[in-house]
Amino acid sequence: MEVKLDVPLLTSSIGKKLLMAVTGLGLTFFLFGHLAGNLLLLKQDGGVAFNEYAAFMKSSPPIWVSEILVFAGFVMHIIQGIRLTILNAKARPVGYKRNKGSANSTFYSRFMSVTGTILLIFLIIHLWSFFFKHKLLNLEPGVDLYTAVVLAFSNVYYTLFYVVAMVVLAFHLAHGVQSAVQTLGWQINPKVARCIQNIGYALAVLVPAAFAMVPLYILFATQGIF
Amino acid sequence: MSVLDSKIPEGPRAEKWTRHKGNIKLVAPHNKRKLDILVVGTGLAGASAAASLAELGYNVKTFTFHDSPRRAHSIAAQGGINAAKNYRNDGDSVHRLFYDTIKGGDFRAREANVHRLAEVSGNIIDQCVAQGVPFAREYGGLLTTRSFGGTQVSRTLYARGQTGQQLLLGAYSALNKGIHSGQIKSYTKTELLDVVVIDGVCRGIVVRDLVTGKLESHFGHAVLLCTGGYGNAYYLSTNAKNSNVTAAWRAHKRGAFFANPSFVQVHPTCIPVSGDYQSKLTLMSESLRNDGRVWVPKTPGDKRHPNQIPEEERDYYLERIYPAFGNLVPRDVASRNAKYQCDEGKGVGESGLAVYLDFRDAIKHFGRPTIEARYGNLFDMYKKITDEDPYEVPMRIYPAVHYTMGGLWVDYNLMTTIPGLFALGEANFSDHGANRLGASALMQGLADGYFVIPYTIGEYLAGISFTKTPTDHPAFKTVETEANQRLERLLSIKGSLTVDEIHRRSGKILWDNCGITRNKADLAKALDEYRAMRELFWKEVNIQGSSQDLNQSLEKANRLADFLELGELMIQDALHREESCGCHLREEYMSPEGEAVRNDDAFCYAAAWEHKADGGWNLHKEHLKFENVKLVQRSYK
Amino acid sequence: MSANYINITVEVWRQPGDKAQGRFETYSLQNISTHMSFLEMLDVLNEQLQKEGKEPVAFDHDCREGICGSCGMYINGRAHGPQELTTACQLHMRTFQDGEHIVVEPWRARAFPVLKDLVVDRGAFDRIQQAGGFVSIDTGSAPDANEIPIPKPISDYAFEAAACIGCGACVAACKNASAMLFVSAKVSHLALLPQGQVEKRERVKAMVAQMDAEGFGNCSNTGACEAECPKGISLSNIARMNREYLSAKLSQKQYDK
Repeated sequence: MEVKLDVPLLTSSIGKKLLMAVTGLGLTFFLFGHLAGNLLLLKQDGGVAFNEYAAFMKSSPPIWVSEILVFAGFVMHIIQGIRLTILNAKARPVGYKRNKGSANSTFYSRFMSVTGTILLIFLIIHLWSFFFKHKLLNLEPGVDLYTAVVLAFSNVYYTLFYVVAMVVLAFHLAHGVQSAVQTLGWQINPKVARCIQNIGYALAVLVPAAFAMVPLYILFATQGIF
Repeated sequence: MSVLDSKIPEGPRAEKWTRHKGNIKLVAPHNKRKLDILVVGTGLAGASAAASLAELGYNVKTFTFHDSPRRAHSIAAQGGINAAKNYRNDGDSVHRLFYDTIKGGDFRAREANVHRLAEVSGNIIDQCVAQGVPFAREYGGLLTTRSFGGTQVSRTLYARGQTGQQLLLGAYSALNKGIHSGQIKSYTKTELLDVVVIDGVCRGIVVRDLVTGKLESHFGHAVLLCTGGYGNAYYLSTNAKNSNVTAAWRAHKRGAFFANPSFVQVHPTCIPVSGDYQSKLTLMSESLRNDGRVWVPKTPGDKRHPNQIPEEERDYYLERIYPAFGNLVPRDVASRNAKYQCDEGKGVGESGLAVYLDFRDAIKHFGRPTIEARYGNLFDMYKKITDEDPYEVPMRIYPAVHYTMGGLWVDYNLMTTIPGLFALGEANFSDHGANRLGASALMQGLADGYFVIPYTIGEYLAGISFTKTPTDHPAFKTVETEANQRLERLLSIKGSLTVDEIHRRSGKILWDNCGITRNKADLAKALDEYRAMRELFWKEVNIQGSSQDLNQSLEKANRLADFLELGELMIQDALHREESCGCHLREEYMSPEGEAVRNDDAFCYAAAWEHKADGGWNLHKEHLKFENVKLVQRSYK
Repeated sequence: MSANYINITVEVWRQPGDKAQGRFETYSLQNISTHMSFLEMLDVLNEQLQKEGKEPVAFDHDCREGICGSCGMYINGRAHGPQELTTACQLHMRTFQDGEHIVVEPWRARAFPVLKDLVVDRGAFDRIQQAGGFVSIDTGSAPDANEIPIPKPISDYAFEAAACIGCGACVAACKNASAMLFVSAKVSHLALLPQGQVEKRERVKAMVAQMDAEGFGNCSNTGACEAECPKGISLSNIARMNREYLSAKLSQKQYDK
């Protein structure tokens, strides 16, 4: 048959989703790396290992490159997310008077843009607190990163904000991981789909929980609970 | 010599089609481009015809009142499609399929057409598989078949209980291929209001855009009516709500003869009526009779729960009366026996108008998973409608109007008595005689569309001028005006009854008197009642809204107006045929056991009715000749 | 089972034409048999409206057996109503309570404009199929049906995808009004079968491009479509279409002239 209408991959609906999926999965992998570094904070060595790690991150050119990649991933994921949200809203100009979404889908799958927006706010604050202040701009010379982190998380409100963000991240991942795999077409049958769904749920619980553990530990430790 | 020329080719029966194809006139490819063909209706017959004609190079336009060609009622056919493939090595052949169909139709079908149908049946399956129709298969990867009523071989191919859907989607995809290539233009939500006949030749149609209400004329060198049957004349039937006779009836009023209008198939296995609000009846595939056993309590008025009626107090009447075919007797036989049982007071359910179709023994024998695999979707549908679980409680079934064997009279080339106007599929009368066998409707629709009309239309088109009549020709304008006037007249009546109220009443007259069994006295009485109903309609119908936009009541009324004329002819036809044959069981002409008794000396013909300009009809007879077929008394014992 | 009778109120979207302003109107109905189908209840409502000299509610319907795909309406916030694997015509009033207030709305999507009341234009679905939802084989040119054996599981899979009735519930239920389930069902049906594999690259490209051109939203894999599909069409079809599309797009260079 003759293909009368075709569009470049990335402007097609599937291509747009593909961009979301690839960047989303990429960012999920980034989370693992980030988490590995964070867990050094739990080491009872007064921050030596963590600060060494921070110094390495500052000085290694391959890390700079990957940081740029991660940053680009975030930017694409965010911009594409916003674009898709707008496009999808336009696909239904008149809404329903009564709509029981809960009967056919999970709330976190329907509210990816909301969880995404919350995570964006978190990301900005988070980057400012650590990445910009201490790494890029070095606004507080003489304060090592470990000290800065402990200082930040000894604040109840800051830790609470962080933990809430991790809960939101959990929901974002709970749908995001399986959605990305589906978009890539890897859920070849319902059995595989269920399997991927479970992996997604496991990631969604374990990764944010591990992230949240660090500030909670620091908070409780500085409050003398441990 | 009758005015009817059936154009049956010379030669032995089995060679007629081959010879005809060899002798038929051809239209050269460069001339096909100059010819416009209008296809009305996009079910199996229409979609397959449009696709095939477009492939040949004709300019095709298709029209459907649905919002998509895919919604035509062919889609609801459940059980399967017959084909003389003999994939089962059980002795099937073209001849056997031909003979079963002729016998099943109680020797009231045209032999040459039926043989052709059997000949092309195998090609249909090839074509459908090539389009991607997912027929049921064996583990070896080859096609599987099942048995159907009225035959002793297993020749029915199927796609679960959705064979019609899958075949229609195949034909629809072929249609889409034509639309994609630009050879077909598709008009949806567009309903035919009339055909345009100029100097005795069909030159086009007038249609109404159902969304805007606008009338429009289309010219065609040939017009194909693939508009299905008229079972909705009875109001309650298994037909879709919008199925109607308007196209065929308008053609009839313009000169096309209508054949055997009283030949209406009543399907034995439908879900019984549950209340006055009932809008349609739902069929349960005949394939259920492969494993289900039909029974009623032996004692009239036995109101016990079916599971509490012990084996010895059940009458498996089909197995008792017809030991050879048992529950798989043809539809007409099964239907009338259900009626007899209910007439004797043995009917079950709240209304007493139902018999049981029991799967208890089949579940015991094959296990529930097998039965589920075979009929799961049908059982689910039954449960949805009745709120009863057929795995636990026997189904209640009752006959319902299902298919109309009668239709526009056509010759061997499928052309009506108006040159240039053709009728395909259920809309014509030719292949099923007085009773259609299960799984043969899909076969006929696709045979006509894919493998008959692409050849036979050449015979007509090769002999005509290629000039086109502009649609501002006075003949088109006159028909448009008439159609418009009729709509405005309907809207202006503003009486006290809704369209459905009248349709329910007129339909009941037909069902009570021109249904499973008929007799002279009732038919004569019904004729008067029916005419009165038509008068009532034109005096009392009340339609809201206007003709200038989407108005479903107006659509219904316009269709009912035609049903109300057709119904009278159905009664007339039933009255005139003083014999019993197939579905047409005249109580005066039946054997002591209640079987149809034909009168071949007097009635071995197709009754083709010509509409007279001043009202009323002339009867023309097409005498049916059979070559080496003995017209036996049908026996399924 | 014997029928019960219930009284209900229905709140229906009324819109005289495609360009007209619409609004909800509420009607009350007495003594509705629970054996009635939802559409028969609407028939009763329409008889009542006509007796009052009002225009009946326009809604698409035809076979009333759940197979033609004509009917489709949002009933109490769900496509085809509260019962799973059921079209509106097969939904029965026994699903509702006495005194219940039922909201009935048309499918809502930019690609499905409302024509009147509950009737929407689903022509977009046809145009997607016309773009490539077929096998390019002409009548009469097919080999014997048993020439190519097809493994039964594959044939069954293809059937399950082909069972889509094209009602549009997937689009209606999707928060993004995406048509991915519908399109993927057709793409899958033909991509699975050897007969359809010859043109699978062209087919998926053409159908996806047409789907996008019709203004449907983008799939975000919530699974609402599968949950609301009256025929239970599986989400695996969407995965398969994504796969087919990506492989068609990524492999196209080697076929380019």
